[in-house]
Amino acid sequence: MDSLESYLFIGLVLFCFGLYAVMTRRNGVAVLMGIELILNAANLNLVAFNRFGGLSEQLPGQVFALMVIVMAACEAAVALAIIINLYKTFQTIHIDEAREMRG
Amino acid sequence: MHTLTLYALIILFLPLASFVLQIFFGRLIGPRGVWLSVGAVAITLVLALTMLFSVVLGSPMEHYPELVWFSLGDFSLTLGFQLDNIAVVMLVIVALISGLVHLYSVEYMRGDVRYTRFFGYLGIFTFAMNGIVLAHSLLMMYVFWELVGLSSYLLIGHWFEKDSAADASKKAFLANRVGDIGMFIGIMLLWSVTGSFTFQGLYELVDVEGGNMFAGQMGLLSVAGVLVFMGAVGKSAQFPLHVWLPDAMEGPTPVSALIHAATMVAAGVYLTVRLFPILTPDALLFVASVGALTAVLGALIAISQTDIKRVLAYSTISQLGYMIMAVGMGAQQAAFFHLGTHAMFKGLLFLCSGSVIHALHHALEHTGDHETDPQDMRNMGGLRKRMPITYATMLIGALAISGVPLFSGFLSKDAILAGTLAFAQHHHQWWAILFPVAGFGAAAITAFYMFRLIFMTFHGKPAKAQVNRQVHEPSLVMTAPLMTLAALSFALFFTLPGINPLHAEGWFTKIIPQAENLTGYPELGVEHLEHGFHQAHSQAVRLSVGVAGSGILLAIAFYLLGWLDPKAWTQKLQRIGLYQLSRSKFYFDEIYDALLYRPFLWLTAKIAWLDWDLWDQRFIDGLGRGTVKVSDVSGWLDYHLLDQYVVDGLGRVVSWMGAVGRKVQTGRVQNYVLWALVGGILIVIVAANF
Amino acid sequence: MGEITFIVLAALVVVTAYFTVTSPNLVHAAVALMGTLFGVAGLYVFLYADFLAATQVVIYVGGILVLIIFGVMFTTQIGSQVMVKSSAPNRLASGLAVLVLFVGLANIMRQAPWHRGELVAVEGTVKTLGTSLLTRYLLHFEVAGVLLLLSLLGAAYLARREHG
Repeated sequence: MDSLESYLFIGLVLFCFGLYAVMTRRNGVAVLMGIELILNAANLNLVAFNRFGGLSEQLPGQVFALMVIVMAACEAAVALAIIINLYKTFQTIHIDEAREMRG
Repeated sequence: MHTLTLYALIILFLPLASFVLQIFFGRLIGPRGVWLSVGAVAITLVLALTMLFSVVLGSPMEHYPELVWFSLGDFSLTLGFQLDNIAVVMLVIVALISGLVHLYSVEYMRGDVRYTRFFGYLGIFTFAMNGIVLAHSLLMMYVFWELVGLSSYLLIGHWFEKDSAADASKKAFLANRVGDIGMFIGIMLLWSVTGSFTFQGLYELVDVEGGNMFAGQMGLLSVAGVLVFMGAVGKSAQFPLHVWLPDAMEGPTPVSALIHAATMVAAGVYLTVRLFPILTPDALLFVASVGALTAVLGALIAISQTDIKRVLAYSTISQLGYMIMAVGMGAQQAAFFHLGTHAMFKGLLFLCSGSVIHALHHALEHTGDHETDPQDMRNMGGLRKRMPITYATMLIGALAISGVPLFSGFLSKDAILAGTLAFAQHHHQWWAILFPVAGFGAAAITAFYMFRLIFMTFHGKPAKAQVNRQVHEPSLVMTAPLMTLAALSFALFFTLPGINPLHAEGWFTKIIPQAENLTGYPELGVEHLEHGFHQAHSQAVRLSVGVAGSGILLAIAFYLLGWLDPKAWTQKLQRIGLYQLSRSKFYFDEIYDALLYRPFLWLTAKIAWLDWDLWDQRFIDGLGRGTVKVSDVSGWLDYHLLDQYVVDGLGRVVSWMGAVGRKVQTGRVQNYVLWALVGGILIVIVAANF
Repeated sequence: MGEITFIVLAALVVVTAYFTVTSPNLVHAAVALMGTLFGVAGLYVFLYADFLAATQVVIYVGGILVLIIFGVMFTTQIGSQVMVKSSAPNRLASGLAVLVLFVGLANIMRQAPWHRGELVAVEGTVKTLGTSLLTRYLLHFEVAGVLLLLSLLGAAYLARREHG
């Protein structure tokens, strides 16, 4: 079971759940959680490729994953700030109610 | 800079400075400022006289400074002076007459509305005239030629409130323009062959001994010479362009004296004299014919005129014809000599007539008579006692122009007549005799009409005794020029140190020798010509004294003593139609009117009809109307079909598509994500399968 | 032993992820997410990425998750139900699309000729990672630092209280 495909499969499952959450959840925070799932899926893939691709010299996959984690932290901070702003403006955090962009 | 160049520059530009001063600051300075103009011309006279004395005392003037105006490739145009003996003499003549006329005008024009402007115009005229005299090339001369024409136009039209003056100025300008066009073509013809505008260059390049550039095409040189001579025909009022000069008498009398007697009209003669070395015998024959015809015509017309200034104007035409004829005869020296003497006595005569008119005008105003024409000799008579100085000086002028010995006119006229006699003796064709006949005939008529003028004006009973009593001699400012010019009308001044009154030998003939004709025909050789003149001289003296005397006697018989009745003779002549011919100036104005003016008007009317009625109204406006119709149809098509259906249709389609498409834009981010996902899947499917 | 642990971890990840996505209660979802993150950290250990596993726990569980719960608390009136609902048609369409994606990607994953290298047992990755970050990936490291700073500023600016 300790093979590349199994890790990729878990990543794929995580990614699909995350994507589903992003598309269906109305609460901004819940969407954010979905995004975190997607990022974790990506990270899992990166680390798995690093492991099974024989790249143990400089560990590019793991460095990439670290960067993703850093980015995720940033993203979470900014996204929460946006959500708070959204809440201040619309008195709701249901992102489908903020429909200023409607054509 | 060479001193002579400096002198020439001062002589040239001082009158221009006077012009600028009078035109721009005349009103500021006031009437007294005109003395500045007089002073400016006086300075030029002093400088010119200085140069003349140095020439007479034995150092011939040969100074040709020039500077390059501009260069175009190999061709460069130069500006420069041709300071030779002829130019110096001419400068003195111009400066002298101009100075005296300036002085005379101070009094004559007093009280004129455009007093200072008049002096400004005199200044620019003097500038332009000096430019003609000094010009070293035909092109530069042409420039000043036109400037002279302009100043003449301005001065003739000085009293432009009078229609006749305004018309006369236009007529003068247009008649001159006809000649000038010929002159310009001639200049260009000469240039196209030789590549030179300058007199020196032309002399060198036409000279037979130096390799004539016209070799083999002397006909072309004849044509070029005749064309340049056209300029002289216009400016010197030669047949058939003489018609402007009598009308130019509408200008103030000092102007007539300066421009239309002494200097500007002499410019044509000056040009012909300058041109003489390169004129072929054919061209010279043409020149002589024009001159002879003009001399006789002018004299004949002058007989019957009653306006004192018109008599003098036709006399001027006649005398200019003399000079031109002399050049044509090869007597270039005699022509220039006559130019000089004529400038003095004709200027004098005009100023005298001005004095008479001035006096009469004031007398008429004093008596409250505004009807009588102060220029008509029939309104004069008996002025001898009232205006002794004017009478005496005018008599001297009349004697001079009639060719009475002791007076300058005798010498110069005699030289010309000798030239015609010599020509007739050396040309054995029958028509050669016509030139001396014309010369002597005109001389006789000249003597007659001049004394007719004197007697009608100064002798006999006053036409209006009341007016006559008011006439008095003008002030010294006006009489001083008269006396100066009268003095200069004596032969002595032109022959010093020679004192023989019958012979022209003197300083003038010494410094202005007979010029050599460079076209290489033996009959135009200097020695040959001079030999001929010399042989004909004594004969000419006898004949000319005879004709002058008979003319004067005839005038005495008619107008002084009353032995012959002018009216009876007039009627007799009228019966054969001769009187009317003279009286109506040979119908030149009428002929021009019928042959040129009316056909031209008719033609312009027709062309105007073509242009306006046919072209403009039918074609251009038709185009316009057609365009309006086409644009109406096109506008309808454009609006109802293109705009309403195609353009608006496109708009509606886009609008409908937008209405449909906007439904996609829900504003829900998650829907967008969904669409993006669907799109991504589709791309993957397509990419995987195709 | 390892196999069982792996299966347990994999099951933990999938199940908690499912709850994260479907739980109508946000707090429950957050707790489920914590489970997912722990599971992933465990999988990192299986992949010989010990430092990354630690980072995952420290940053995700200790930082980001706390932040998310903060967010939940900030934007919800106290006492009210922290419930999330989503519209049925949306869920149907999205689920369908995700399913198609899942099947497609799984298919690709199975068939793809993955590059496979030598499987080496690694002692510890901390030293290697540190060397990499400060040599070959120095620029990335610095950029990450700048990114953190900027997002700090950005978040502070966005969330600050408006004055006047």
